[in-house]
Amino acid sequence: MLNIVVCVKAVPDPRIADKLKIDPVTKSLPRLDIPLVINPLDSHALEAALQLKKKYEAHITVLCMGPPPAGNIVRECLALGADTGILLTDPAFAGADAFATAYTLAKAIEKIGSPDVVFCGMASSDGATEWVGPEIATFLDMPVVTMVREIVEDQGDDWIVKADYGHGYRTVKLKLPAVLTVTRNLNLPKPLSFSGILKARSKEITEWDHHDLGDPVERFGLKGSPTYVTEMYPLESRREVQMLEGTLQEKVARMVKILSDAGVA
Amino acid sequence: MSKDKAAVFVVAEQGETGVEPASLQLVGKARELADALESKVGVVLLGKNLSDATQKLIEAGADLVFQGDADVLVPYQAELYTEIIVKLMAEHHPEILLLGSTFMGRELAPLIAAKLETGLTAHCIELEVNPEGILEQRIPAYGGMITIVCPEKRPQMATVANGVFSTPALDASRSGQIVSIEVPNAFELRAQTLEVVKEEAEGVSLETASVIVAGGAGAGNLEGWHEIGELATILNAGFGSTRPAVDAGWTELETMIGQSGKMVNPELYIGIGLSGELQHMVGIVGAKVMIAVNNDPKSPVFEQVDYGVLEDCREFVPALTKKLMESRNK
Repeated sequence: MLNIVVCVKAVPDPRIADKLKIDPVTKSLPRLDIPLVINPLDSHALEAALQLKKKYEAHITVLCMGPPPAGNIVRECLALGADTGILLTDPAFAGADAFATAYTLAKAIEKIGSPDVVFCGMASSDGATEWVGPEIATFLDMPVVTMVREIVEDQGDDWIVKADYGHGYRTVKLKLPAVLTVTRNLNLPKPLSFSGILKARSKEITEWDHHDLGDPVERFGLKGSPTYVTEMYPLESRREVQMLEGTLQEKVARMVKILSDAGVA
Repeated sequence: MSKDKAAVFVVAEQGETGVEPASLQLVGKARELADALESKVGVVLLGKNLSDATQKLIEAGADLVFQGDADVLVPYQAELYTEIIVKLMAEHHPEILLLGSTFMGRELAPLIAAKLETGLTAHCIELEVNPEGILEQRIPAYGGMITIVCPEKRPQMATVANGVFSTPALDASRSGQIVSIEVPNAFELRAQTLEVVKEEAEGVSLETASVIVAGGAGAGNLEGWHEIGELATILNAGFGSTRPAVDAGWTELETMIGQSGKMVNPELYIGIGLSGELQHMVGIVGAKVMIAVNNDPKSPVFEQVDYGVLEDCREFVPALTKKLMESRNK
C-alpha cells in the first residue's frame, strides 16, 4: 500500500491578505481577523495524492501545523478524500521559520511511520520561501524534486517526473521514498462535495503538541528557528501621482496622449 | 577573521551562454560584504568547461574560485551538488553564503541550509553587514520591508533574484586563486535529472521589454485577463503578472514580476487591476513612467505611480485597446 503524507498550511485568505499592513506608528502588524484558507498550492499537493489513491491502494495522511482554527483546513482535506488528519498545534510551535517548520513536520512524519511519498505545495502564499519541502526531505534523508508539473510514471518505487526548470523543464528519475513539491500545473483540484463533507464528519483529527514529537521544546517555534525578524517598517510613497480626470472616454484619450508622449503609441 | 580564508561565499552557476548574470551580481555584492568584514570572497562553481566563467567571476570580485569540473555535474544534480558544497562549507566555515534565486538555487539553498542546520532567507532585496558584523537581510512584506537576521548559526544564507543587485564592472587586472575540488565519482543519485528541455516562451521577453503591461487579481477572470493581454500585444509590450494572477491560473509563474519572480527594467510600466504589493513593485526597477489602473481609490498602487486611472479595468482596458487600434488604423 502506498503511504502518502500531504503537508498543508493554513494561510490568511490570499484574496484579502494584502489588508495586513505594517502599522506606520507601532512598526508592527495590527491584529486582523483574516480567515484562514488552505494554501492554494497545497490543494494541488492534496489532489496529487487523491489521484494516486484512485489508481493504487493508498492511505493519505494530511499534516498541518498551525493554531487550533487551522483544524478547519484539515477537516476540509478530509472532506476532499484524505484518510487521516493530524494537526500540530502548540503555542511552543509559534514563531517558527522555514527551518523550524520543516523540522517539526519531519518529526511528525517520522512519528506517522514510513511514508512512500510526501507532497507539499512548492511555496506558501504568505511566507513564499519554498524551503519547507526540501528541508523536510533533508531531515528525513529522502531525495526531493521541487516544482513538479507532471508525474509521468508512478508505478512501483521508480518514478519519472517532470519539473519546471529554467526556460523549460527537467525530467527526473526518482527512487521512493521521496518528497515532491508541486506547482499548480500538476492538476486541477476538485471542489468540495456534499457527500465528502458528510463523510468527513465521522473522521477524527488527531492533535499533537511538542510532547508528542519527543524533542525538547527549544527545538520548536521561535526558539528552534535560526532566523527571526528584527524590524519592520512601511515604505514611503516614491512618486507623486496625477489622477486622470473625466469620463471613461476622456480618460482613455488622456491615456493615449501619455502613451504617445512616451513614444509607445 | 583569518586573512587567508573567505568569509563570504557565493554558489555561482554556469548556464548555456556562460556564467549566469545573477552569479556575477552576487559576487559584486559579496565583494562589498567581504570588504566590510575585512575578508575574502570565495565562489563555488560546478559544471564543465569552467575557465571562461571562472575568469569572469574573478574579474567581478572573487578571490578564490573552487572549481568542480566533471561530466557528472551537468546537468545539475541536487544531491551531488549538496554533498560537495556542504563538505566545502564544513571546511571553510564562512560567515555568509549566497545563492541566486534561479531554479537551481531555489532547490539547492534549502538542501544546504538544512544539512548545515542554519537559517536561509528567501529572495532578499537588500543585504548589509551591521556594526556587530551580522548580515541584515531585507525582504518586502506587508506593505513595507522586514529585516531578518540569523545571529547564531553559520553560514548566514540568503537567495537573491537576478537583477536585484547590479552587475559589477569587470576588472581584467584582478587576479584570484583557483582551487580544484574533488568530485565524488561513484555517487548514488536517488533523484537523477535525465535531461533539461527548453521551451520557447511566447510574446515579448519581460527581461528586455521597454514597455510592460502587468495584470493582477482585478482582471476578475480569464476573459478579463485576455483583455489585458490584447492591450499588451497592441503596445508590443511584455505581459507580466502578480502572484494572485498566477495563483488564479490565468498565467504561468514565468510571467510573475517581483521579489520571487522576474526583475524588469522597462521605460514604461502599466499595472492593471493590481494593488501595488511591494513584492510585485520591487520587481520594476527604474521605470521612467509608471501608470496604474485600479477601481479602488484607496489602492496603495496609486502611491507608487506617476499616473492613476480610477476605473474598473474591465471597462477601461477594452476601451483603451479599441482607441489605440482606431488611431493605428488611421
